[in-house]
Amino acid sequence: MFRTRTRSLVVSLCAAGLLAGCAGDGGGVQSQKLSTITGRGKLICGVEGKLPGFSFVGPDGKYLGLDVDVCKAVAAAVLGDPEKVEYRDLNSSERFAALASGEVDLLSRNTTMTLSRDAAGGNGLSFAPTTFYDGQGVLVPVASGIKDLKGLAGKPICVESGTTTELNLADRMREQNIPYTPLKFQTSDQTFAAYLGDRCVAVTSDRSQLAGKRTSFPKPDDHTLLPVVMSKEPLTPATTNGDPAWADAVRWIVYGLMQAEESGITQANVDAKLAEAKANTNQADLRRFLGVEGDFGKQLGLPPDFVVKAVKAVGNYGEIFDRNVGPASALKLDRGLNRQWKDGGLIYSPPFR
Amino acid sequence: MNALLRRLRAELFATPADGALSVALIMLLSLGAFGFLRWALTQAQWAVVKVNSTLFAVGRYPIEQQWRLWLLTALLVAASGATWGLLRAHPRPDRTGVLWPRNDRLALVLLALIALALPSALGLTLAIQTRWWGLLLLLALCRWLAGRFGANLSSTGRRLAALVWPLLYLVGMVLISGGLGLVTVSPSEWGGLLLTLLASSFAILLCFPIGVLLALGRRSELPLLRWGSVLYIEFIRGAPLITLLFLGQNILGFLLPGGLAPERVWRAAWVLTFFAAAYLAEAVRSGLAAVPRGQLEAARSLGLSYPKALQHVVLPQALRVALPAMVGQFISLLQDTTLLSLIGLLELLGTARTVMANPAFLGRNGEVYLTLAVLFWGCCAALGLSSRALERRLDPHAVPSAT
Amino acid sequence: MAPVPPADPAPRPATPPSPPWWRDRRIVPWVVQAVVGLLVLLLIAFLLGNLIRNLTAAGLLLSWRWLQQPAGFDISESVIPFNAQLPYWRALAAGLVNTIRAVLVGLVGATLLGTLVGMASFSHNGLLRRLARVYVEVVRNIPLLLQLVFWYFVVFLTLPNGLAAIQLPGVVLAKSGLYIAGFGEGLRWMGPSLVNEVWQAPLRLSVEFGALLTGLIVYSGAFIAEVVRGGIAAVPKGQWEAASSLGLSWFATLRRIVLPQSLRVIVPGLNTQYISLAKNSSLAVAVGYTDLYSVAETTLNQTGRAVEVILVLLAAYLTLDLLISALMNGLNHLVQIRER
Repeated sequence: MFRTRTRSLVVSLCAAGLLAGCAGDGGGVQSQKLSTITGRGKLICGVEGKLPGFSFVGPDGKYLGLDVDVCKAVAAAVLGDPEKVEYRDLNSSERFAALASGEVDLLSRNTTMTLSRDAAGGNGLSFAPTTFYDGQGVLVPVASGIKDLKGLAGKPICVESGTTTELNLADRMREQNIPYTPLKFQTSDQTFAAYLGDRCVAVTSDRSQLAGKRTSFPKPDDHTLLPVVMSKEPLTPATTNGDPAWADAVRWIVYGLMQAEESGITQANVDAKLAEAKANTNQADLRRFLGVEGDFGKQLGLPPDFVVKAVKAVGNYGEIFDRNVGPASALKLDRGLNRQWKDGGLIYSPPFR
Repeated sequence: MNALLRRLRAELFATPADGALSVALIMLLSLGAFGFLRWALTQAQWAVVKVNSTLFAVGRYPIEQQWRLWLLTALLVAASGATWGLLRAHPRPDRTGVLWPRNDRLALVLLALIALALPSALGLTLAIQTRWWGLLLLLALCRWLAGRFGANLSSTGRRLAALVWPLLYLVGMVLISGGLGLVTVSPSEWGGLLLTLLASSFAILLCFPIGVLLALGRRSELPLLRWGSVLYIEFIRGAPLITLLFLGQNILGFLLPGGLAPERVWRAAWVLTFFAAAYLAEAVRSGLAAVPRGQLEAARSLGLSYPKALQHVVLPQALRVALPAMVGQFISLLQDTTLLSLIGLLELLGTARTVMANPAFLGRNGEVYLTLAVLFWGCCAALGLSSRALERRLDPHAVPSAT
Repeated sequence: MAPVPPADPAPRPATPPSPPWWRDRRIVPWVVQAVVGLLVLLLIAFLLGNLIRNLTAAGLLLSWRWLQQPAGFDISESVIPFNAQLPYWRALAAGLVNTIRAVLVGLVGATLLGTLVGMASFSHNGLLRRLARVYVEVVRNIPLLLQLVFWYFVVFLTLPNGLAAIQLPGVVLAKSGLYIAGFGEGLRWMGPSLVNEVWQAPLRLSVEFGALLTGLIVYSGAFIAEVVRGGIAAVPKGQWEAASSLGLSWFATLRRIVLPQSLRVIVPGLNTQYISLAKNSSLAVAVGYTDLYSVAETTLNQTGRAVEVILVLLAAYLTLDLLISALMNGLNHLVQIRER
């Protein structure tokens, strides 16, 4: 504590003396963030908070969803307890500042990975593996008779401001030379309220989000998704460029969830698998993966059995998907691109070695 | 009866033009009233308010901890009742003390009606309805006890009794947020009316000392203090509150060493405080300007030090003059808390917006916003009324010299 | 009062002993200032130091190059032409123009409404007088943001759409906006028409703009009404009596005698109200109108440049306030009674 104070004082004095090149101490191997989190005893996770399937508050006041489960997995891996998470609801326009200023440790908020958000000269984020491959869609009332983007010519379209959705909409409409009126709202609540209030003839967002919201409409069958995919939307958890060691830890925790599915390790059988790995010295892959052998955990600054802890808390990637957005949920989304690579999908964990 | 008719005639039908105007206005008004009543009684679906009444009151505050809020409410009610009674037990010197003046009886009847009718209108369970009645009884009891026996209290006792309020505020903070053996309830779980009242009371309490210091700074003869205060006040008054809240949410994290930035709720409360302080400073400054210079000079020549002269001579007079303007600022501060909903906090308006995102209550904007409007109107009007009452009580000209 | 006892007759020494330095009135003020100044400087240095360190860590050190990059988003109603390929500064400029448009129209509307209501509170008609009072008391005690969302979601979004829209000669009021006839392409007179289920007209105001304006005018109107009422009340009663004894009607008295005199009280009060109207226009973001704040928020989100964006915002609003203040000061100079 004392050291940080003196350092900040030194830095302040540097600034006072207008010494421009005062960049603080360079990034060491030790992750500042990890020690902050373990010192604090809880992970602060930025989520959307009102998006069925991804992050929302259940009737009992607890957060649920795919994005929330990523937070829980990280908390379990780092702190050993999936409940040691404090959730912060962030709207789309404040999320990056919240991450950059260190207000949240991890952003797990259906955020699209893009070049400008990743680049050091842009938002300067550091992305973990994509947890949901999505695409942008358009929802219209069936009664409007609109079949494609051309049908939207000259019409108002509701969109959440400050999203990639807003930019893609501008790009697609310009490409096809379709005039339109974008009506922008700060939150998805307002966006959908305006759509359902008939202010717009269409609302555009990620297809998963549209599907999720549609299930909650009074008459879901009165609305239909246009058969256009306007963009690629790889929804990805993110940390900042400022702490590469922390970014690595998050990255490999998420990979651990994916590898667990590939290796057939589930929430139910993880203990059995661990016992098996301990008993059988020939299962080198499994032993390394579950932390019985090697020092992967230590290299990341995590406990050796971080994968076991994460899977025990929330299950493997497939289980998380099914429970929150797949067949076992109200959204009933198809795995689609989010299948394991062996099944023709894009979920692919690099080897744990 | 005749007098009434005559008065009506003078007020409404003095000239033909006046008469025509009155008839037109009456027709418009009754049309509006009829339309509103038809909507409110037949078309509106008030279930959205009934079902979500807890959400509007306290947000996502954990149910098993809500007894703490009930306890706090009971304490506040008791303290209010006692204060009310004490005010009557020690009336202004020119008034004879009456235990139950007409206004007080009226207010009690009004409160009784609210406590009896509102909970059942909201469809609350009988257990909760009884709590409301209990609160009403507690209020009446404390009011009566303090009014009946408060006169025996010495002036030191009265001064000590006033200390109950700051003490209660501290107790309230502990009850709400936890600690000292209570389970912690993080600020992100506070919401609804609770958050609105908490944020505004916090800002009102803290902006007061800061505002007074700023006002003194602005009138100071020391150039550095004067220009510093002027710069701060004019900067804050020139910027819309929402940009300052935005600054608090997005930049404060950069301005403080990592992890030291307070919780979002507190951050917003501090921004509100510093915002309101600049406006309050202007109100206090107008009060200071109204105190003749001779007052300070006289106090100084009596040998009082500058701070003492300010504390005992200048400030009491200045604050009395500034009171209406200050209360005006407090009222707008209470209204400004609605802006917290724009930065994603769930105070009353933010709660309303999440409630209406629930598909079951889609399009019930009218019912919800009307309810909120009535709530805010009630709170602000009450503040305004009490300010006027306080003004009359403090008015030096109403007190004949006590010889 | 008892007679004041005579002062102590003991003669004072010719030169009083100089007080210790901590009570010396020549030194103390400077010490106080130096201490306060040093503290403030230290605080600023501390904050700035953190800012620089944190921004460096996040790779976001101050830079203005992003202003030149294409914005990539569209703005639905813009007075100056704008499209997604134009740079950010053009987007911010479009937002600023939208803000100025709302403020200008709002100022005129609120002044008219406020003056009328302020005058009405001196009417002979008791009903009108009380109505003016009720309007002021109701509006001032309800938060503006609540009023704005009320106007937008409850009033304007329940307007009929398409063919069912409210149609008057030359004017159509629909859910998508207010359409007014005017000179279209080639200076041909054009009325509103329904093309492909969308209303078209030379002059179009969106409902978002409408809701913002209505909210601002109704809210500021109440405060301005109070200012006007105070101004009129400040004119001596004798002026009314003199005018009516000359045979002037109530309205003529007000217009020719009382209002001109009350202006010198009203104008300074208006200044405050105008500035708060300008600042309140930033609440447009709640009703989907693309004003400066709304564009700035989107910009922040696309670029991550929190500090720069907030600087732009603060500078813009402070300039706007100063402009209004300067104009009103000029006006104030004009309306002050010149006494010989």
